[in-house]
Amino acid sequence: MTDHVAGTGTGPVTDRAGRPLRALNPFDAMRGADAAPAGAAAPGRARGGFWSRRVVRVVGGALLPLLLLAVWHAVTAGGLVPPYQLPAPASVWDAALDLLARGQLQTHVAISVQRVLIGFVTGAAVGLVLGSLVGLSRAADVLLAPLLGAVRAVPSLAWVPLLILWLKIGEESKVTLIAIGAFFPVYTTVAAALRHVDPHLVEAGRAFGLRGVRLLQTVQLPAVLPSVLSGLRLALAQAWLFLVAAELIASSMGLGFLLNDSQNSGRVDRILLAIVLLALLGKLSDSLVALGERALLRRYA
Amino acid sequence: MALTTPVRTDRPAHGVVLQDVRRTFATAAGTRPVLRGVDLELHAGEIVALVGPSGCGKSTLLRQVSGLDTPDGGRVLLDGTPVAGIDRRTAVAFQEPRLLPWRTLAANVALGLPRGTPKDAGRARVAELLRLVGLGESADLRPRQVSGGMAQRASLARALARNPGVLLLDEPFGALDALTRLRMQDLLLDVHAAEPATVLLVTHDVEEALYLADRVLLLRSLAGGAEDLGSVARVIDVPGRRPRDRADHRLAELRAELLEGLGVATHHVRPGDPDAHHSI
Ligand SMILES: Nc1ncnc2c1ncn2[C@@H]1O[C@H](COP(=O)(O)OP(=O)(O)OP(=O)(O)O)[C@@H](O)[C@H]1O
Ligand SMILES: [Mg+2]
Repeated sequence: MTDHVAGTGTGPVTDRAGRPLRALNPFDAMRGADAAPAGAAAPGRARGGFWSRRVVRVVGGALLPLLLLAVWHAVTAGGLVPPYQLPAPASVWDAALDLLARGQLQTHVAISVQRVLIGFVTGAAVGLVLGSLVGLSRAADVLLAPLLGAVRAVPSLAWVPLLILWLKIGEESKVTLIAIGAFFPVYTTVAAALRHVDPHLVEAGRAFGLRGVRLLQTVQLPAVLPSVLSGLRLALAQAWLFLVAAELIASSMGLGFLLNDSQNSGRVDRILLAIVLLALLGKLSDSLVALGERALLRRYA
Repeated sequence: MALTTPVRTDRPAHGVVLQDVRRTFATAAGTRPVLRGVDLELHAGEIVALVGPSGCGKSTLLRQVSGLDTPDGGRVLLDGTPVAGIDRRTAVAFQEPRLLPWRTLAANVALGLPRGTPKDAGRARVAELLRLVGLGESADLRPRQVSGGMAQRASLARALARNPGVLLLDEPFGALDALTRLRMQDLLLDVHAAEPATVLLVTHDVEEALYLADRVLLLRSLAGGAEDLGSVARVIDVPGRRPRDRADHRLAELRAELLEGLGVATHHVRPGDPDAHHSI
């Protein structure tokens, strides 16, 4: 089979006897006969529409927050609400500058971000592993799923006393709580997605000789990638929620501590500052993950 | 020109033997026999077409040979050795294209290459196969960007990429328009001539079966049928050598016989009837 035509040139296609192969050449003539949908069906990323323009999306998304800020300012400047209930935006800004000058704001933000990151990465990694196990193996499903389902039902705050008892009030207890929070969205989405990978595709992979890790890499993981990514985003959001739970109760640093401490000292401006910072940081980290998600999905889905 | 970049030159076609193969499925309504008493010998390099009413077990029979499913009784032998699990010597084109949606057509076809194919040889073979099935221009498209017929041809190319000893094709041309279908039939014969494989091909198209196959196997549905009948209703030897004349008179008779076996009423064609070909 190798010897009758050299290379992959453009000469006439012949079989071993030198007889031209009937079917092979006519296609050049009917190129594109049914290739029509190629262009038409290509999903339009930039499909015109006013609301899908980038500028419109950025400006439009900022509209309501700015309006809220304006209303906030108007309400406080007009004396509608007393400052001890709702300080003006400007005094929240001043509080931020003040804390910055003392070098405290940086510390609070940095330690909170660090806790979220470590907790998120640990929890998500364990969630990925256990989710894959439970999603792929019947045995793991039978043995693990009920226990994890029960653990999942425990409200986050219920863990706090135990964690403090076992891990003391150090970093471990907080990071562990955050990891628990990040674990479940990843675990549940990955396990469920793997269970529902199109069995036809898995069978096709097996039919072409893929098994074990290679089958996982080639068929199952790409198939569940979108679910994994949305699970990761949920986990990140959950990590911020659990951060505050952890810091509210026992800490001397971090945004949760700032909240708690400001409540005790009656600094409403700082409370608002912490809330705004949590909102900004949460949204920012989510946007970063969303960017990565988009890039990955463009490549693999 | 897939034929210029073979991935293995020493790969022989394999003989396939089915001995008293039985397959029964458990359903809510009790057990349901789908295949019974299938005895069959495919000679190396032979093309056998499988026809029969929908649900009679054609795909199931193919799955027994590919090792994707195991019979409840009887044996399946490839070159004398029993099929145990998925067999590297076979390649399947499923009834549905089953392409990986996140891969380009080229990458999907590459999945069919035998393991250990050198990168360059593999790429060349994939490109040629895609061109052969008329998808040269669509190599970089994703499955969702192509038509059903294009996806089916990519799936055929994926099976051919394996250069298998036994090629199992489940209605490979079902989603194609009439013209493309004829071209693909000829393509299959050309590839078969250059890289002989034992081919088991399921089709609903009696003409296609008679044009391509050395033998046509008519399966019957066991649903509600007599207890003692086997799945194989008839085996028909197709006269003449390939490439056949699509308008061959002798095929008309067989065509009528097969259609009748499938329960399609035809007007009977008597041997020697000078008007026989009108029924084609
Ligand atoms: N895994 C399964 N479990 C239960 N029943 C099954 C299974 N696979 C196939 N069957 C049954 O076996 C019968 C034959 O199925 P099969 O897919 O082989 O039919 P077919 O001849 O290929 O039909 P078609 O021409 O419509 O593709 C059907 O009635 C189907 O319901
Ligand atoms: Mg079928």
